[in-house]
Amino acid sequence: MSEILSMKQIVKEYQMGDEISTVLKGIDLNVNSGEFLAILGPSGSGKSTLMNIIGCLDTPTSGEYLLSGREIANQDEKALAHIRRKEIGFIFQSFYLLSRQTALKNVELPLVYSGADKKIRREMAADLLKKVGLEEKINHLPRQLSGGQQQRVAIARALINNPTILLADEPTGALDQKTGHQVMELFHQLNSEGRTIIMITHDVNLAKQAKRVVRILDGNLLEEVV
Amino acid sequence: MLKENLIMAWDNIKNSKMRSFLTSLGIVIGVAAVIALITIVQSATGEMMSQFESLGTDKITVTATGNPLKSGLNSSDLKTLEGLDNVAGVAPSVTMTGSAGRQGILLDEVSILGKNEKFFEADTTEIMQGRKLSALDMDGNTYVCVIDQDIAQSMFANEDALEQRIMVNGQGYTVVGVRDTESTSDIMAGMNTSSSADGTVIIPYRNALALSGASSYSSVDIYFENTDLSDQTIADVEAALDAAFNYKDNSYSILNLGSLLDMMNTMSTLLSALLAGIASIALVVGGIGIMNMMLVSVTERTKEIGLRKALGADPLQIQVLFIIEALALSLAGGVIGIVLGLGISVVATMLIGTEFAVSWGAIGLGAGFSIAVGLIFGWTPAKKASSLKPIDALRTD
Repeated sequence: MSEILSMKQIVKEYQMGDEISTVLKGIDLNVNSGEFLAILGPSGSGKSTLMNIIGCLDTPTSGEYLLSGREIANQDEKALAHIRRKEIGFIFQSFYLLSRQTALKNVELPLVYSGADKKIRREMAADLLKKVGLEEKINHLPRQLSGGQQQRVAIARALINNPTILLADEPTGALDQKTGHQVMELFHQLNSEGRTIIMITHDVNLAKQAKRVVRILDGNLLEEVV
Repeated sequence: MLKENLIMAWDNIKNSKMRSFLTSLGIVIGVAAVIALITIVQSATGEMMSQFESLGTDKITVTATGNPLKSGLNSSDLKTLEGLDNVAGVAPSVTMTGSAGRQGILLDEVSILGKNEKFFEADTTEIMQGRKLSALDMDGNTYVCVIDQDIAQSMFANEDALEQRIMVNGQGYTVVGVRDTESTSDIMAGMNTSSSADGTVIIPYRNALALSGASSYSSVDIYFENTDLSDQTIADVEAALDAAFNYKDNSYSILNLGSLLDMMNTMSTLLSALLAGIASIALVVGGIGIMNMMLVSVTERTKEIGLRKALGADPLQIQVLFIIEALALSLAGGVIGIVLGLGISVVATMLIGTEFAVSWGAIGLGAGFSIAVGLIFGWTPAKKASSLKPIDALRTD
């Protein structure tokens, strides 16, 4: 399995008034293609910051971060947007679907930004909605869908650019146990198809479902032996 | 990508109809005002100008006030003027008030005009009956006249006036033509044929000069062959007149319709520009309204912007989305404004009584203005949206 993500001594500092608070204190992390990794940590541990850096939404203060062999630390906003488009499929706790757009349009959105042809967008989005079991709901608006269905639309959206990494932030946090379980089933299925998944959570039981778990505490990362 | 942005912009406008409408209202009012004012000014002055133009810009009128040594222009002066380059003809004019009578009918306040054939060649007034005066009538011994329909009516009622004899200041004249002075739209008709209460009789100019007892002409029309050369020709005429009056100042004046027309043109353009300038203040206010709404929209949609960025939208794509939204608002306002402005113009020109003419310049200006307003006032909010950091944008609740 090839290495797709490599972090060496990642430090993230924030200026808080006169004080500098160090949120990440030298993180080392390597992820191979096809892994299902859970990053486990309580709130305030720095896990959101780590997720933002992994997802190229933010850059580290120091350290080296290679994603698909490319250095991320010194890229500008535009380059980061293009990297996110290609490498990262985001799944958020509260779904973040555009409320006035249909499921199909929501799934298409990343392809709009990568400039895909309308017909191809339609087909790919419809295929993915079918894959997540929503072929009958493609023209529904988010509010006409249940929470679990909305999250599945979001997963289809995350998949549409065929990203290197699926990056999920508390993907079941807003769902009840049963629908949460269904979403996790979908993750397992995607992982078994070779998809690399990184899941950020504070829930030990959820984290245990991943093949590999790392624990983040107070800005430091520890490998968990499952 | 552009089409997608247009659809998204439309969705957003549709979703806040009332707010979008109120925002565009400033642009609607501004554009409508610009269009209406320009169209109204142009159709009002356009009509006046076309009347002036129908008089011909191809002539000037010399009024010789004379000086103690020389009272006016004599025949040899006329010959000199006629010989100048680009002069098509010279028409002296003798004007007086006198009487005209026939068989017990006496009109004692008749305008008697002395004119030559050149006047009739350039004259646009319709001859209802008979003919104009010709060069052959100008020998000084031919007693023929052209009367207007007022005199024809007073003297002949239902009879045929042609070939009838009338007395003009005691001299017998044969009527050879009747002019329809009412048919002319010529607002300067009064200048050529100063209309007295009883009407106008036109007789050969030499006869008129003799009748008036004067020895020289005080008013002469000079017709040009080519109006492009009129500046040069006017200079030549001035030189000839200076020489004729022995370089004495204030012996004559020149009325130049062409330059008058130019002046009116300039004034009408200035007036349009001034009014459009005032109206465009409304456009600026409208633009500020758009900017305000777009800034609110950026704040409201911070999370959406963050999401779009997380999904791979680069700053430029976000900026384009918001600029297109601002443009859509201002252009929609512009289109409604143009329609409204034209509507106002139609009603206003009807009330003023002038002809309505679509001013494409004004429409272009309105459209251009609204696009410019959208771009200028949409820029800042769009830039603000595009420079939001995705993590900050996603974090807001």
